[in-house]
Amino acid sequence: MFDLSMMMAKIVVILVGTLGVVPVMVWFERRGAAWMQGRIGPNRVGPFGLMQPLADVIKFIFKETFTPRGANKFYYLMAPIIALIAPLCALAVIPFGSKAFVNGHEVILQVAQMDTGVLFILAFAGLEVYPVILAGWASRNKYTVLGALRGSSQIVSYEISMGLALLSMLVVYGSFNPHDMVSWQQGSLGFIPRWGAFVNPIGALIFWISIFAETNRLPFDLAEGESELVAGYHLEYGGMKFAAFFMAEYVAMIMASALISTLYFGGYGILPGMEFAINLISNFFAFGEVGMQNTKAVFEFISLASKIAVFMFLFVWVRWTLPRFRFDQLMDLGWKILFPIALINLVVVTIGVYYFNS
Amino acid sequence: MSSFFNDKDSQQSNDFYNPNVLINLGPSHPAMHGTLRVMCRINGETIEDAACEIGYLHRAIEKLGEDKTYHQWMVYTDRLNYCSALNNNIAYAMAVENIMNITPTERCQYIRVICMELSRIIDHIICVAINALDLGAMTVFWLLYHWREEAYTMIESMCGMRLTTTYARIGGMSYDLPDNFSERLWKFCEEFPKALDEVEGLLTSNRIWIDRTKGVGVITKEDALKFSLTGPTLRASGIDHDLRRDRPYYMYPDLDFDVVVGSNGDVYDRYLVRLEEMKQSVRILQQCNKRIPNGPLWVDDKRVHIPDKLEVYTKMEVLIHHFKIFMEGIDVPKGEAFTCVEGPNGELGFYIVSRGGPKAWRMRVKSPSFMLFQGFEASIKGGKIPDAVAHLGSVNIIAGELDR
Repeated sequence: MFDLSMMMAKIVVILVGTLGVVPVMVWFERRGAAWMQGRIGPNRVGPFGLMQPLADVIKFIFKETFTPRGANKFYYLMAPIIALIAPLCALAVIPFGSKAFVNGHEVILQVAQMDTGVLFILAFAGLEVYPVILAGWASRNKYTVLGALRGSSQIVSYEISMGLALLSMLVVYGSFNPHDMVSWQQGSLGFIPRWGAFVNPIGALIFWISIFAETNRLPFDLAEGESELVAGYHLEYGGMKFAAFFMAEYVAMIMASALISTLYFGGYGILPGMEFAINLISNFFAFGEVGMQNTKAVFEFISLASKIAVFMFLFVWVRWTLPRFRFDQLMDLGWKILFPIALINLVVVTIGVYYFNS
Repeated sequence: MSSFFNDKDSQQSNDFYNPNVLINLGPSHPAMHGTLRVMCRINGETIEDAACEIGYLHRAIEKLGEDKTYHQWMVYTDRLNYCSALNNNIAYAMAVENIMNITPTERCQYIRVICMELSRIIDHIICVAINALDLGAMTVFWLLYHWREEAYTMIESMCGMRLTTTYARIGGMSYDLPDNFSERLWKFCEEFPKALDEVEGLLTSNRIWIDRTKGVGVITKEDALKFSLTGPTLRASGIDHDLRRDRPYYMYPDLDFDVVVGSNGDVYDRYLVRLEEMKQSVRILQQCNKRIPNGPLWVDDKRVHIPDKLEVYTKMEVLIHHFKIFMEGIDVPKGEAFTCVEGPNGELGFYIVSRGGPKAWRMRVKSPSFMLFQGFEASIKGGKIPDAVAHLGSVNIIAGELDR
């Protein structure tokens, strides 16, 4: 019973945390864009326009539920659901802290503890291609089909370089388990932390580029390409169905940021300087070992959240700076540049790890 | 799920499963500025064949020119290329003045040059900004649009309107410049080039931008001449031709500016040509601002001179004169004239045949967009859909001018 309630609690934390951040992210995207472009941005609804996403949701809910003629209803309605659920499922494996003690029981702060954690994430990240294909095909529109073609080939191509970059990290960590990865990154390399990104910088860069393509964000937002394909694969979606796609994009961004933080940037490992704060608080309140561990768990969560926030900011920053690729150039980048580099990087890292360990 | 493959509609639309799919870009499409329509036969992303169609914004403006008096038709010139309304106003006023053998006063000519260069800047801003927007760089769009608004605010101070100005009058301008105009123009000329530098930093050496624009939508020298293209598009193809220098009008011979010429005729060159032309326009504006003389705004010609409002209210003869000009219109002598100026998009010409009286017998507009659009069809074939979008953005076809 305790395990079950703890499990439910963790699921709620992840769900509420992620879906609650989405409106804030939407607001931040708009305000951030306005800030970069010398505009003001939404500032009418609520303080600093913070209630704007809420107003948008109300608008979406009251819009007509519209299905285009000749659309395949089942797949048409399925697509936004898969789009939203796949990245949420992948988040189940991301640890958001080491462990906490509740009523004397040890609770590992991760929804699903599995040794094949990273493979599980890859599997669900791979599912993200399905809503694109389904939405494009089932809408029965030439523009959506073009968007689906672009989106699906893009996601599949970049998954390969992403997988290779991930593989090079698995060689370094020697484990599929996210907890092991984070604990491997706890030490320090001289004055910098022993993060995956410093051990394997090329892999981190390739992975970072690939997650832009995976989440369909600019400069890789060809599947939507609003000036060419009008709105791409979700052209025929309106109201809450469109909102589901919209939210899915942000959930996928959060998932991708959490993944790159865990793999390359120390995950929930506490940021430099936080050790001091933990000791200070524990001593001040005279916490025992249990209290200290719980305090540490809170700071670990803050560390992960701030790392995710940095990557979310980068997503926004890049989006409002760069123009869009063309489809064939995107494929060239994926297959002719990133793929060979990722492959060579994997070999180099493997040799490096072999010599380092022997 | 079998219904998806067997439903009755799929029989009618077998093209859907054909590798050669027909797709409509426009008339209502975010990248088709205005209401242009391009029917494309695509294979994957490649456009194998294209057919352009015009006429979705046809308002019979030329015919209206034969039905309205010369002054009444001035407002219709605003609606030709609505991005550079001032330029159209002045070009039209110039055409009527040529039939009537009127030369505007020096102050009027300087004001007209300022107006034309301001509208050139605005038009180029729109072209570069929307081209960037179509290629996904939205920040460039907003950076430039801020300066477009500044320019419009200046125009508003001149004539009370922002978009549809109707500023020119035959033989003069409707208002003189406002008092603080010189300082405002000076400030604009100081600060606007900084925004251009910022845009250049964002785009000119940006790898993605270069990939998307270099070698895309190439119009060769021969093609440019064959399709009788004019303006920045022609110059980007490497032909050194600018009416401001080659067939000078107003104060242009006295002003110091360079004609910008590209070499490859691709989207990238057109972008660079437009950026540089904006800088040259700023140079012209600065020179005009220094040299603009005081003196009369209106020509001393009873046929066209619109009297001062104060005199209209106080003197009977002037009131009658004013009444005659506005109720009957000006009497243009018999004759015909084709007058063209270097508009922002190319050669903008007005052909007017007069058989006397207050209305034109034949009114014809030679618009640069029409030529640009006839060349468009040939140059997007074989390219990709995003290339067509990039190309269209870079030649700046304005539907109002195309269809008239």
